[in-house]
Amino acid sequence: MNFPILSAIIFIPLIGALFILITGGNPKNVEKNSKNVAIFSSLANFLLSLFLWFVFDKNISDFQFVEEKKWIDGFINFQIGVDGISILFILLTTFITPICIFSGIQSIKFKIKEFLIAILVMETLMLGVFCSLDLVIFYLFFEGGLIPMFLIIGIWGGPKRVYSAFKFFLFTLLGSVLMLVAIITIYWLTGTTDVIKLLDTRIPSEYQYLLWLGFFTSFAVKMPMWPVHTWLPDAHVEAPTAGSVILAAILLKMAGYGFIRFSLGLFPVASDYFTPFVFTLSIIAIIYTSLVALMQEDMKKLIAYSSVAHMGFVTIGIFSLVKQGLEGSIIQMMSHGLVSAALFLCVGVVYDRYHSRMISSYGGIINIMPKYAFVFMIFTLAALGLPGTSGFVGEFLVLVGVFQKNIIVAVLASLGIIFAAAYMLWLYRRVIFGRLTNSEIKDMKDLNNIELYIFASLVFLILFFGFYPEPLLNTLDVSINNLIENYNTNLNFHIAKSNN
Amino acid sequence: MEYAIVFLPLLGSIISGFFGKRIGIYLSQILSSSLVLISGFFSLFIFYQVFNEGYYSNKLIFNWISSGNFNVNWSIYIDPLTSVMLVVVSIISSIIHFYSIGYMSHDPHKTRFMAYLSLFTFAMLTLVTADNFLQLFFGWEGVGLCSYLLIGFWYKKPSANAAAIKAFIVNRVGDFGFAIGIFLIFLFYGTVNYNEVFQQTPSIVQKEIIFLGIQFNLLTLICFMLFIGAMGKSAQILLHTWLPDAMEGPTPVSALIHAATMVTAGVFLLVRCSPLFEYSETALNIVATIGMITAFFAASVALVQNDIKKIIAYSTCSQLGYMFFAVGIGAYHVAIFHLFTHAFFKALLFLGSGCVIHAFKDEQDIRLMGGVWKKLPYSYALMIIGTLALTGFPLLSGYYSKDAIIEFAYLKGNTIGYYACAVGIITALLTAFYSWRLIFKTFHGKYNNKKENISSIHESPYMMLIPSAFLAAGAIFVGISFKEMFIGENNTDFWNNSILFLNSFHHTYPPTWLVMTTPIIVTLSIPISYYLFLINEKILKDIVAKNQSLYNFLLNKWYFDEFYNLIFVRTIKKIGLFLWKKGDINTIDRFGPDGMSRLVKNISNKVVNFQSGYLYHYAFVMLIGFSILLTYFILY
Repeated sequence: MNFPILSAIIFIPLIGALFILITGGNPKNVEKNSKNVAIFSSLANFLLSLFLWFVFDKNISDFQFVEEKKWIDGFINFQIGVDGISILFILLTTFITPICIFSGIQSIKFKIKEFLIAILVMETLMLGVFCSLDLVIFYLFFEGGLIPMFLIIGIWGGPKRVYSAFKFFLFTLLGSVLMLVAIITIYWLTGTTDVIKLLDTRIPSEYQYLLWLGFFTSFAVKMPMWPVHTWLPDAHVEAPTAGSVILAAILLKMAGYGFIRFSLGLFPVASDYFTPFVFTLSIIAIIYTSLVALMQEDMKKLIAYSSVAHMGFVTIGIFSLVKQGLEGSIIQMMSHGLVSAALFLCVGVVYDRYHSRMISSYGGIINIMPKYAFVFMIFTLAALGLPGTSGFVGEFLVLVGVFQKNIIVAVLASLGIIFAAAYMLWLYRRVIFGRLTNSEIKDMKDLNNIELYIFASLVFLILFFGFYPEPLLNTLDVSINNLIENYNTNLNFHIAKSNN
Repeated sequence: MEYAIVFLPLLGSIISGFFGKRIGIYLSQILSSSLVLISGFFSLFIFYQVFNEGYYSNKLIFNWISSGNFNVNWSIYIDPLTSVMLVVVSIISSIIHFYSIGYMSHDPHKTRFMAYLSLFTFAMLTLVTADNFLQLFFGWEGVGLCSYLLIGFWYKKPSANAAAIKAFIVNRVGDFGFAIGIFLIFLFYGTVNYNEVFQQTPSIVQKEIIFLGIQFNLLTLICFMLFIGAMGKSAQILLHTWLPDAMEGPTPVSALIHAATMVTAGVFLLVRCSPLFEYSETALNIVATIGMITAFFAASVALVQNDIKKIIAYSTCSQLGYMFFAVGIGAYHVAIFHLFTHAFFKALLFLGSGCVIHAFKDEQDIRLMGGVWKKLPYSYALMIIGTLALTGFPLLSGYYSKDAIIEFAYLKGNTIGYYACAVGIITALLTAFYSWRLIFKTFHGKYNNKKENISSIHESPYMMLIPSAFLAAGAIFVGISFKEMFIGENNTDFWNNSILFLNSFHHTYPPTWLVMTTPIIVTLSIPISYYLFLINEKILKDIVAKNQSLYNFLLNKWYFDEFYNLIFVRTIKKIGLFLWKKGDINTIDRFGPDGMSRLVKNISNKVVNFQSGYLYHYAFVMLIGFSILLTYFILY
């Protein structure tokens, strides 16, 4: 196919943002037009990516729809393409973005035009991350994503937004610098930053360890892994709802994607070497943050900490290097993308009405908002991994995978499913059940139609993939096989070499 | 037809849950109850076919998860064991659906209640019709969810909410073990489908593995992990604490979920896995031991409780203990037979107590009842039938199943078998005492309620009595009618290959004295309890006064709740708080980002001091720098 469909998907949001930028005239019209443009471009993009999924050939392990443009001769090519892994992340991104836009339109009260631009630019950057097949391009998109997020927190955030924004920035910057150094080193070693070529190049094993650590620092911060997770609760608490949704649903997934694509693909020796280290951090993350989540008084913080625990499952799944583990961790990321987005939207719903995120402000909401209580229940169950929701498929596959690699890690991680039930159900009970004690909230209205449609679509997908995850697993199948095979031949090559 | 059995309840749940208000509350209640009833009729038909023609089927619905060699399907699997469970679940569920129409008549959330009940039925049916461990796990957690929702049905009561969460989390602890069992099975068998797993089992009997640093026999470990799951769901000792609290839910829920069906899922699991357990003597002994302790423990606690539903809940716990030690001695078919009869009489007892509670306007304390047997003749009759059946009065259902367990324990002929036999007899005695205590305190003696006048006590509506009457019929007749089929000489004709028996029994026939013991004890206990609880209460009061600490020990349920609260709940909360305040805020943030920015600030503050503006400061620094440079060049 000659039509540059990937470029189109990446740049449609940016074009939408440009249109919004140049709208002028009567402020009311500007607002209305920019909303329409944002909704239209993000929805069109979603449809286009569905089409991409439809025409994508699931039986080929190579990258598809590859496009290449020379940028700096002999150094950087603008090269993009997708395989079965990245296409799912693209779908997640294009699905979540319209939801964020709808949510933003509902709750953002000032500078709505600028807000929409930030979201659309953000979408372009995130899509770029999942498509890029050149390390420098990847780096630009990956770090570029920081800027709109920084602005979203810093401008539309809560009272402590400046502290949070800077904390977010400091942490992620630390990782970025190291990754940049690693990328430059790779270019210096191999003479290319082309990912397709690099996947076939065997980087000398003695360099792999430091390079791996360079990438790891960056990904670990974004993931976030313990102990560099503390920026996440603060960022979530201060971010507006739409910002939290993007942050939890997509931004965190860029790191998981990075681990799979680069850490495993480029540095198998180091990945193998550092696996126990990753397992340890992930287990600490699962147990530690679950316990911390239990004691939170702020709904958003609780969900943020639970995200860290869920991401712990993702990292152990990835580094189990077993098919079930890898597929499980990708399903877990998709599922977490839907569930955490839904949970943050749920907090957003009551925050818009009463302007408090404190659990103690609420209680007995089921009496006045039964529809809300119902959808919240589904998301709570998905978050604690009840079978029949997408959360279960991901977690269970991860554990099945890890169990084959390391029984102790799997057993300890399984403890997380007990804690998850505890903190999620306790949260639900304190917010939703009981008598309506706070008289100020008794006039809160139940979900309006837009909210209802958003939640209904999320509920549908969470249940659908819980009962029938086959469409996702099908897409992943060949690419994951290929990944594991490459990893093993690459690893064996190095082992054979060092033995000689 | 299999599809209809499983999916009609789901349909009913969706209709009354989402469209209940629109199509009318009454219609949706009738509709969902009828759908479950149809499912019940179909189950009976399947049961008949299995019994008559040896019907067997395994229908694939669709593929659930396939990742590499991990393949799991949604399916409907019918074999003799499943067909028995289908009958128990769908028949009792439909009776309780109809009963609920009467019981919940004053509740504002009738459609929601019906939706949950039907959803529960659906989940339970998927559990029993699974052909692999993962679908079983789906149903397992699904019934747990419905149990959670129904215990917390009256969401305005804080105690109900707490009980609901407790039930879910304690079950999760069990499920944690269950899940590890499934992982182990997949790791060593490469599949989680029953048939493939069971076929391969004989070849791995000797396999040993290192698990968490300790060497285990693989099969024993798998069985033990599965058993932990069963302990959680079936409220065996250590993981039993949620069941009494679960009585916070509406009474029909207690009857259906916490007596007849869900709590017996653990027994079902063990019987289903008989091809695994039969190869592991150790695992069977563990099961038997836990079962015995539970049977005795729960009966002892039931002796002194005052809440009518809690007494029956502990009684359930105790009867589940019987089923477990029946499994432990290898008498799987007897365990299932007891499960089958127990479902009828225990559900009956709950529905009967529901009638009583309804009559007393939601009073549950038996000390505040009494003397109303003439006012509530039908409820009284129901409760008497249930009690007779439970205690194992000759010719009623419980007699056949419970005595069979005691006899088979004896027949086993080894140490654990004799212990089980003794515990079975002692517990039967305790069972008789607490059951009759309940009856006499509730219906006889003085009327003790101050809130309600005795004249305001009325019999429950027919909508509640008629369904209960069906259960009463079951409690009387199912024992005698199905005895031959389930545990008779030719029981293998019926069970076919669904249960594996490897370990033979030592004796062939129980001695006559044993056969006579239990019925005599049970019969004698009626006049004795009548005397102790009604005629001469002083004797018991003296005993209590002399053994105050023992009495408190029993009254407080062996202090399990207090112990767990101290060890787990509070400790975990403290650790959580510590990690958050000291770990995240005081360590990571303090030395991480906050520390970094403080450092930068401090350094820049100090650097500012350098720029003092005095020429001699600058000159001095230059001089030092110059001399250092000079020294360097001279030396090197």
